[in-house]
Amino acid sequence: MSRAALLVLADGRFPAGGHAHSGGAEAAVKAGRISGAASLEEFCRGRLHTAGLTAAGLSAAAALGIDPVALDRAADARTPSPALRVAARKLGRQLLRAARATWPSAELDALGREFPKGAHQPVVLGLAARAAGLGPVDAAYCVAYESVSGPASATVRLLSLDPFDATRALARLAPELDRVADRAVEAARQVVDEGVDALPAGSAPLLEIGAEAHAGWPVRLFAS
Amino acid sequence: MHLDHTNHGPTALSADAHRPDGTRRALRIGLGGPVGSGKTATVAALCRALRDELALAVVTNDIYTREDAEFLLREAVLPPERITAVETGACPHTAIRDDISANLEAVEDLEDAAGPLDLVLVESGGDNLTATFSKGLVDAQIFVIDVAGGDDIPRKGGPGVTTADLLVVNKTDLAPYVGSDLARMAADAKAQRAELPVVFQSLRSEAGVADVAAWVRAQLAAWTA
Amino acid sequence: MSVRSGAGVRSVARIVARADGRGGTSLPVLESDGPLALRRTRATGSETRVMLVGAMSGPLGGDHFTVEARVEEGACLSVGSAAATIALPGQAKGDARYDVRLEVADGAELHWLPEQLISAQGSDLHVATRVELAATARLVLREEQILGRVGEEPGRLTSRLSVRVAGQAVLDQELACGPGAPGGWDGPAVLAGRRAVGQLIVVRPEFAAAPVTAGVLGEGASVVPLAGPAALVTAVAPDALGLRRLLDEALASLPRT
Repeated sequence: MSRAALLVLADGRFPAGGHAHSGGAEAAVKAGRISGAASLEEFCRGRLHTAGLTAAGLSAAAALGIDPVALDRAADARTPSPALRVAARKLGRQLLRAARATWPSAELDALGREFPKGAHQPVVLGLAARAAGLGPVDAAYCVAYESVSGPASATVRLLSLDPFDATRALARLAPELDRVADRAVEAARQVVDEGVDALPAGSAPLLEIGAEAHAGWPVRLFAS
Repeated sequence: MHLDHTNHGPTALSADAHRPDGTRRALRIGLGGPVGSGKTATVAALCRALRDELALAVVTNDIYTREDAEFLLREAVLPPERITAVETGACPHTAIRDDISANLEAVEDLEDAAGPLDLVLVESGGDNLTATFSKGLVDAQIFVIDVAGGDDIPRKGGPGVTTADLLVVNKTDLAPYVGSDLARMAADAKAQRAELPVVFQSLRSEAGVADVAAWVRAQLAAWTA
Repeated sequence: MSVRSGAGVRSVARIVARADGRGGTSLPVLESDGPLALRRTRATGSETRVMLVGAMSGPLGGDHFTVEARVEEGACLSVGSAAATIALPGQAKGDARYDVRLEVADGAELHWLPEQLISAQGSDLHVATRVELAATARLVLREEQILGRVGEEPGRLTSRLSVRVAGQAVLDQELACGPGAPGGWDGPAVLAGRRAVGQLIVVRPEFAAAPVTAGVLGEGASVVPLAGPAALVTAVAPDALGLRRLLDEALASLPRT
């Protein structure tokens, strides 16, 4: 395996549709809950330890070779907001396209046949990591980082925030990213013996409520 | 223009010329250009001109999610199920060039839902002069500028003006009022584009979108040949 | 029965509800245990009511409470509590646990509507609520968490709620908040300073074919169809009263059966 494949997969320019999603930041900005660099950092911190941890666990488990159908159901149960389930499947489908083009693999083709309308994005990412020769730790890091980098770059556009401030906020979260990735991988390894109930199920009420509010707006910049 | 990569997976990956069932997919034409140059009006006029002879659909890439799509719906140029809006995260140029995955989903979903189509028009939200469509997304692209935006735009060039398969200089009826020199624009465009075609149009004139529609028909003839 | 050990109190209370064959529901098992006292109250129609009393006093640090309820085929049970439950710090070291295990059989119905759980300063409580429903079982379950008594900092509270229908998980969520919880719990993505958070899950077989329409009630609550025959209300509010108002309003907005 080449560790450098992780850089390709985690690159914000990897063409898998992430740029059109704000990870809940657009709703939080409109509600006044994100108004600058400090509140962006707290938003990202909260998202990382809830939705980010949950997604990282799913992804690490997929990278370990756990049945993606069981993981996709576990993702549904951990995603009560239908707007977020739709977004996760849309992003999963887009990621699958990019991953199949980048790292052709029979597993990815099979996933596409199983989920023609898309599987949850973290599950796809775990399998993409496998196809790229990466492991569960890589997948967990990639997903945990995406859970904060998406809202950060969206907020730069939404608030014309100084991009250096946003990037500094991400850098300050690095030690917590390490912990989240560790927890996610540890839980994913438990799935082998205990089933998908062992996966983290962290939730964030305001992300759930905000996603449904956002889905109802007639005019918005981001898809979620 | 014919892209013949094939893949044997469950769905097409990128610009694959065939649908999963082996049939040839619709021709995809992109329309880009600066804000207010008349892209949406041109798309609406093309739909009216071509809808009786071709099965066609439209994907819009708005800055604010659904504005252009809703204009087309209000104008009833196509049935609603033939118009899809792609959300672009405030960056239409990213969605049409750097990360085309959402647009590819949209064109494929349209073709799956509406049955075989001849033509899909992909419209970009108004952006800057450097915005061009990825070859992974469209087979040909039209760049729309207008005389009121300044008659020096063709001279300034930029990827859209220089490389688009068709350059449309719109709103020629306004030239006398804004002091634009059409002859100079034509000469500058020629200098930038060599043999690539340029159409001067006014959608208010009797000819309307006829020249652009004829160009689209020729593209389609080459695609299906 | 409950046992007080150096590690705190272990108590297990049990309820079994059974259709009595005359259109009502009997309670062949109603076992109180130490601080977990169960009382049968007036029945209405086919529904039998049970009140959890005295849970006020705990759980303290080191305590482990378990409440189990099984609603057998065709039975109808409603469980409430007499007052809010307060998680308090204890003399014994360590966290407290409160496990709720609910089982609802085909054609049976459970209303699980306890009063609020209040996380007092210095407490550390893990709540795990697991519900197993058969394919045609029905459920209304409410959980309300209040972070700290009035004017008080909250304790640490971790609460997981998982609901399965016919063996398939339709909801699995955990919320962790208070001092020592992972960062950001009080920030703009999670609670943003709200001190009351709650969920109401309604499971009905009809929701499989006719799911509820997703929507929001102001900025503090959403009503959503889950991936399964269930609807979920998620709400946050400044205080217990505001939270109850939101959950009641959301429940009233669901289609009648």
